[in-house]
Amino acid sequence: MFMLGPIGFATPMLLLGLLALPVLWLLLRAVPPAPIRRRFPGVALLLGLQDDEAEADKTPWWLLLLRMAAIAAAIIAFAGPVLNPVERQAGTGPLLIAMDATWADARDWPRRLDRTSALLDEAARDGRPVALIRLSDAPGEVAFQAADAVATRLAGVTPQAWSPRDLAGWAGALPEGGFDTFWLSDGLDHPARGALMDAFEAKGTVTVFESPRPVFALHPAMYDEGAIQLAATRLPAADPVSVEVSARGPDPSGVERELARIALDFGLGAERAEAALSLPPELRNRITRFEIAGLRSAGAVSLTDDSLKRRKVALIGGGADREGLQLLSPLHYLRQALEPVADLMEGSLTDLLLASPDVVIMADVARLSQSDTDALLDWLDTGGLLLRFAGPQMAASDISRTVEDPLLPVRLREGGRSVGGAMSWGEPKTLAPFPEDSPFHGLPLPGDVTITSQVLAQPDPELADRTIAALADGTPLVTRKAVGQGQVVLVHVTANAEWSTLPLSGLFMSMLERMAVSTRPVAPEAADLVGQIWVPEVVLDAYGQPQEAGDLPGQPGDVLARAMATGPGPDQPPGLYAGADRRVALNVITSESTLAAATWPQGTLIEGLDTPPEQALKGAFLSGGLMLLMLDILAALWVSGRLGGFARGAAALAALVLMVPQAQAQSGAQDMTDDAKALEATTGLVLAHVLTGDARLDETAAAGLLGLGEILWQRTSIEPDPPVGVNIETDELAFFPFLYWPVSTAQPLPSATAYSRLNDYLRTGGMILFDTRDADLAGGTSPEGQHLQRLAAGLNIPPLEQIPADHVLTRTFYLLQDFPGRHQRSPLWVEAAPPDAEQVDGMPFRNLNDGVTPVVIGGNDWASAWAVGANGAPMLPVGRGFAGERQRELAYRFGVNLIMHVLTGNYKSDQVHVPALLERLGQ
Amino acid sequence: MSLDLQSRAEALGQSLPPLLAEAELLAATVMMGEHGRRRAGQGDEFWQYRPVNAGDSARLIDWRRSARGDAHFVREREWQSAQSVTLWVDPAKSMAFSGDKSRAPKADRAKVLALATAVLLLRAGERVGLAGDAAPPRPGRSQIVKLAAVLSGAEEGGEYGTPSATGMVSHGRALFLSDFFGDLNALEAALTAAADRGVRGALVQVLDPAEEEFPFSGRTVFESMGGGVRHETQQAGDLRDRYLARLAERKDRLATLARAVGWHVTTHHTGQPAQAGLLWIYSALQGGR
Repeated sequence: MFMLGPIGFATPMLLLGLLALPVLWLLLRAVPPAPIRRRFPGVALLLGLQDDEAEADKTPWWLLLLRMAAIAAAIIAFAGPVLNPVERQAGTGPLLIAMDATWADARDWPRRLDRTSALLDEAARDGRPVALIRLSDAPGEVAFQAADAVATRLAGVTPQAWSPRDLAGWAGALPEGGFDTFWLSDGLDHPARGALMDAFEAKGTVTVFESPRPVFALHPAMYDEGAIQLAATRLPAADPVSVEVSARGPDPSGVERELARIALDFGLGAERAEAALSLPPELRNRITRFEIAGLRSAGAVSLTDDSLKRRKVALIGGGADREGLQLLSPLHYLRQALEPVADLMEGSLTDLLLASPDVVIMADVARLSQSDTDALLDWLDTGGLLLRFAGPQMAASDISRTVEDPLLPVRLREGGRSVGGAMSWGEPKTLAPFPEDSPFHGLPLPGDVTITSQVLAQPDPELADRTIAALADGTPLVTRKAVGQGQVVLVHVTANAEWSTLPLSGLFMSMLERMAVSTRPVAPEAADLVGQIWVPEVVLDAYGQPQEAGDLPGQPGDVLARAMATGPGPDQPPGLYAGADRRVALNVITSESTLAAATWPQGTLIEGLDTPPEQALKGAFLSGGLMLLMLDILAALWVSGRLGGFARGAAALAALVLMVPQAQAQSGAQDMTDDAKALEATTGLVLAHVLTGDARLDETAAAGLLGLGEILWQRTSIEPDPPVGVNIETDELAFFPFLYWPVSTAQPLPSATAYSRLNDYLRTGGMILFDTRDADLAGGTSPEGQHLQRLAAGLNIPPLEQIPADHVLTRTFYLLQDFPGRHQRSPLWVEAAPPDAEQVDGMPFRNLNDGVTPVVIGGNDWASAWAVGANGAPMLPVGRGFAGERQRELAYRFGVNLIMHVLTGNYKSDQVHVPALLERLGQ
Repeated sequence: MSLDLQSRAEALGQSLPPLLAEAELLAATVMMGEHGRRRAGQGDEFWQYRPVNAGDSARLIDWRRSARGDAHFVREREWQSAQSVTLWVDPAKSMAFSGDKSRAPKADRAKVLALATAVLLLRAGERVGLAGDAAPPRPGRSQIVKLAAVLSGAEEGGEYGTPSATGMVSHGRALFLSDFFGDLNALEAALTAAADRGVRGALVQVLDPAEEEFPFSGRTVFESMGGGVRHETQQAGDLRDRYLARLAERKDRLATLARAVGWHVTTHHTGQPAQAGLLWIYSALQGGR
């Protein structure tokens, strides 16, 4: 194909016709426009008059130019110009479609499928056998099949949440014989990719498809310097861009929602962007995951594990503080040990309990007042951990001497004992290895930990069970008992170095950690994982959506540790793994991960998914030439004076209207000023529907609201204006009391600003009716249902419940028990009634929440039932026969009730008070 | 065509009161007409009774009146006279012009006006005829039919019409309907001849609005209606001002000629309703002052 810049010509020989243009110029120039012959009696008066200007009898140059341009356009048009022509090479032989199918592909997976589908169609036309492989799978057999057979499987091909693990294995698994390869790469460099490329090239031609869209990866969040440190990497590092990272987690009611949001700004050419997010501990501890907002990829999601959680620890020291003797303070070592890993609180017990700490540590506190004891017991019942250290005061008191103190795990002997001191026999005692059922099991025993004094437990039947650490001679060092949901732990030595060297050793830290007093700020190391079976609780799919782990097998610690280092794989999907006492997150992107762009050998044919589509320009040139000829008609008329004064304007206008492309007309319509829109929307009540981008759906929604509006006119005092479509990204929402939102998978997720506007809208009294139009047959797992979940994730939606029989929506205008649309009997979800709503005797319904439910969610496809055409007749059939018409009627009644509910709020609900009001009036 | 022309002319004429031409010179025409001279004489209308004088023949005595008394009375009739009106409608080809499809040619309008005037005059008892020999002035309703027939058939070969004074009755009235684009010297001669015979009248210049506005532009070849005269121009629009000046000059000349012989002159446009033209002719022929 002959190419001229980005434009190719199908029949370039026709362009030689352009050479004829100069000849045409001379011809046209020689022939002036013919004069008009007019019969005119007044010619008698004209005789002898001379023309002012001796104008040559030739065509004006600009008219010539116009005609030449028209003819040139026609010649070029017939030469078949094509913008960005696609070179079609009809391949032969088998075709291998290799998809990386990694998390990085997830961001534009549908487009990759489209491309693959086009490839399959082409192969089917050419009769080529095709094999489709996912390189992120384990290497397997490559079987060539008919393209049609592969196409049927295509919809089920999904990306994986990990990178290709064994490209070298794939290189070895390739079948005999030559074949061509289409490689849909995710654009990232993977190990042994070069080897596979060589293997492919040895078999035949290789074409690589790459997406030019940038890849973003979110590193795991770290806790450092009092804030959460977030970092993200991108590829390619190009223009400055800002991405928003959303921290998500359950709110107090258990609904997952966005807890915080922070922007990461990539500078020009910067690969990495960092930001620190400072949150109060209550909020921070709730975060379950960070994700880059608006990106659907496992790489843009980072699960948090226990390493981010920091416990609130209340420290209570016994006795008077001796100023200046820091090192002797019973709390000094605890403070030092816990400060980096926990949030410490100090003060009086009464105050501290109000802050609901996770752990209360009492160092050498013997006696507590009765009220303090009761408060502590209540707190323990709800799951607290009380950690007590012994000390001189405890040893001297008679606490728990004969009767076991509720706040101590064991009874204590009087006075305690000292060993290895100047006044005693024996050597200082050392620790015995931790028993298997101890939480400390597996911790290494440093040899230099010696115990010189301790309080002694009285032998009791439960003592052995309650001992979790003991000295070499068998006397208990740490004892524990459960109290309600919580537990009480007693360390039989002091928290300072007075009685033992334990607080000076690293074992002290490890023990605190094992007791979940502290947590580690860093990712677990291999050594921490080995020896346990880690069971996946939540796993991520390639889109970064959490999935139930189901019955995925647990992973041994060493395997998991390897996965932590090298990235997840088929057997270790990214997710949250639970061990005995902690949970670790296996993320796609580790702290050290870098994104490297794939490099291809010189001469590889690389096709971007975003290649500008081939565009035939023949039509454009032809219509352009036609427009020029139209202009030529007008101009010729004007030159020869046949264009009357009025006719001139009218003809020019008509020609322009005829020829102006339709697109311009549309853009003109959109230029309507905001003021005009606002006036249109506010001079009357306007029902609005959200524009989904699916033209047919939007049309149905508009027709539906029109039909509902007509019913409202006929039956109620609500007299709405014609409905309008609302673009939630750009339009002001405050004008509309009601938004109908048909859920379409074609609709992209709203931007952050749109979400904030939607939330404002919901908070200030707007109502959105979500309609999944799927009759809810699949129980929320239909594509629309899933899309609704994604759409609504960013909305502040209160807890919902299926509409109760006494909801005000059942009686705002009509009495309804069913809310059919085109479908029926799918449940309708509204804001949940307050839990304390109770039915009073004699009242037909409960006194429910004040106010309007901000969302109504259902799947009955109401707009289709409401929709009327231009002639006022229903647009779509509902049901069959009379029953269908009845269903449509009920659908209209639901619409009337809904709009009434929107506009009158809980007015009907307040009727519950009518008897009381009447009674009062009577008195 | 003639019937059509006649009916249209009659329809136009019905909307006006009978047009009574003023008779200035009575003596010249002794023909009976319906213009009462306010004196006894020949006529149809009763004027007065007078006592019989000696010398009256017995045939003159009105016996019915005389029988009511002793004296004899003679019934006298009013002396009535008729006016001769001569119409000249330009039969030249230039009159066939119409500037717009919605407008009738000038000749049509001129003929309708002429015939309407004739209808009014004949109904008033005047004698109406056409200049030339084809239809000399005669009274009576049958004359309308004749006039209409002659007017419909009148197609002369000339590019521009030349009025002739032939057929004019002395001291009568005349009405010339034309576009007066032809030679004005011939018109002057005709007017002079008419004035010599004591004929007074009116000139009605019938023009198409296009001739007044000259709405042309661009390269144009103008031809007269017969094709005998042509003029080519590159920019017709540039000629407009000079054409209009010449037209104004011609109108001025026409007015001067008419004033010299005591005639009335007006310009009637085919774009206007014909009624306006007829009203003007009515007043011009009636008043003349």
